[in-house]
Amino acid sequence: MIRLVRLFSTSVGDKLIVALTGGALLVFLLGHMLGNMTVFQGPDSLNGYAAWLQGHPLVWFFRFGLVAVFVAHVLVTVRLTKANRRARPVRYSRRVARQMSFTSRYMVLSGLVVMSFLAFHLLHLTFGVIQPEIYQLEDSQQRHDVYAMVVSGFRNPWIAGSYVLSILLLGLHLIHGAASLFQTLGINHESYTVLIRYGVYLLVTGIVLGYCSIPLLIFSGTVSLEGG
Amino acid sequence: MKFTLCVWRQLNSDEPGSMVSYEVDGVSEDMSFLEVLDLLNENLVVRGEEPIAFDHDCREGICGMCALVINGVPHGPEPVTTACQLHMRKFTDGQTITVEPWRAAAFPVIRDLVVDRRSLDRVIQAGGFVSVNTGSAPDANALPISKDAADRAFEAAACIGCGACVAACPNASASLFVAAKVAQFAALPQGQPERLQRAIHLVEAMDREGFGGCTNHYECEAVCPKGIPVSFIAHLNRDFLKAALMSREVRDVPPAVEAEE
Ligand code: HEM
Ligand code: FES
Repeated sequence: MIRLVRLFSTSVGDKLIVALTGGALLVFLLGHMLGNMTVFQGPDSLNGYAAWLQGHPLVWFFRFGLVAVFVAHVLVTVRLTKANRRARPVRYSRRVARQMSFTSRYMVLSGLVVMSFLAFHLLHLTFGVIQPEIYQLEDSQQRHDVYAMVVSGFRNPWIAGSYVLSILLLGLHLIHGAASLFQTLGINHESYTVLIRYGVYLLVTGIVLGYCSIPLLIFSGTVSLEGG
Repeated sequence: MKFTLCVWRQLNSDEPGSMVSYEVDGVSEDMSFLEVLDLLNENLVVRGEEPIAFDHDCREGICGMCALVINGVPHGPEPVTTACQLHMRKFTDGQTITVEPWRAAAFPVIRDLVVDRRSLDRVIQAGGFVSVNTGSAPDANALPISKDAADRAFEAAACIGCGACVAACPNASASLFVAAKVAQFAALPQGQPERLQRAIHLVEAMDREGFGGCTNHYECEAVCPKGIPVSFIAHLNRDFLKAALMSREVRDVPPAVEAEE
């Protein structure tokens, strides 16, 4: 145990934690997206899905796990970033990057955007602080009317817009993150470099389009309160 | 050719340094970058000024001593080329060229463009070797090694330890250097007994020396004068993960022995 703590406190060990937690968050993002897309099947589907999640015996297990994974991802990243800044105390007066990507350069920034979006998202749809008027609705079966909440929420252009913008920025984090995940876990071989590169683009585009479709289709009126 | 060189001047590690501009005329396009510094230094000596201190030895791209960040790129604009092998025909006449030392906490400036790179030596001392008994040379083919493994080991062994990877990395990480050492021995049968320990010891030594960690920007690969690819860093990560999860012992490495001054 002491040995594990010691090895996972090195720079490479820290990176492995970031990669593993990032990968877990990625899996969550996919699952959450698929669940949310029941909104397109109408009120009954989404409200039923939400009620099933709420009542699931393992729901608290997953909630705590998710929070722990997220906190670990952020804390370890903060530790790594601090050590990395310390390693170059004097900056170059002129430095020209050769192949560093835009997304890799702004990982901390895009991560902070994700974090603030997450806070906003939880306050909005989980705790009902931002639009309390849409939070207390119930459907005909006395279930929490998540469908009505989401659809009325995204009618507001500011809300819909900030969701879309945040998801796009999350996409930037994921493009570098998902590709890095393989390198950090030691998966890099010329015979599947291309597969990983385009697989990551496909995955991230899928996640971004999947999430963005919800506020966009609601705001445009394609998905309405009556369902469908 | 004529150039304006903007060079980092720093008297010693305690004094603050600054960029100073110099004009150099009469440069031939066949000169190497170091020869331009030689020319400038001769002029400086004639004028009674202190010449610019810079590191160099072989001047043929194999020793790894030359260490200049030229126009913002370690070893200058030409890919897979050390500063000593960089010719002035790669620049345009009249250009202003900035020259800075490697910048990293683990590479303190000794004077002007000369930095102390012994931190890399201490990393090697922590495990970048194979322990074998010396004696008469073994028979050439007593130990079969596949062509593939030999090529891979050789590709990693091409590292000349110049530290350009550290200089280029936004985190001043020595990951590419460490990865090359780990991959070199991991490809060969002689490297197997200490393989996992080596990954641990080198990574711990790298951290101890104050290098940063890898965040997959891949700037190191782009400036490496020997073209060492970042796939070796994936290899290092793989060996480290395996070592962390599967090997039993962690020895404490004996403190590095300082070389005689
Ligand atoms: C849904 C949320 C998130 C997901 C899915 C996610 C995913 C990932 C993944 C897969 C990586 C790559 C790991 C690797 O380098 O191998 C990563 C790296 C990183 N994450 Fe996140 N992340 C999330 C949230 C955050 C947050 C809130 C921060 C806030 C500070 C953050 C900061 C970073 C940073 C700075 C890196 C880069 C580390 C490096 O380049 O070494 N992430 N993330
Ligand atoms: S002086 Fe030897 S590599 Fe440049």
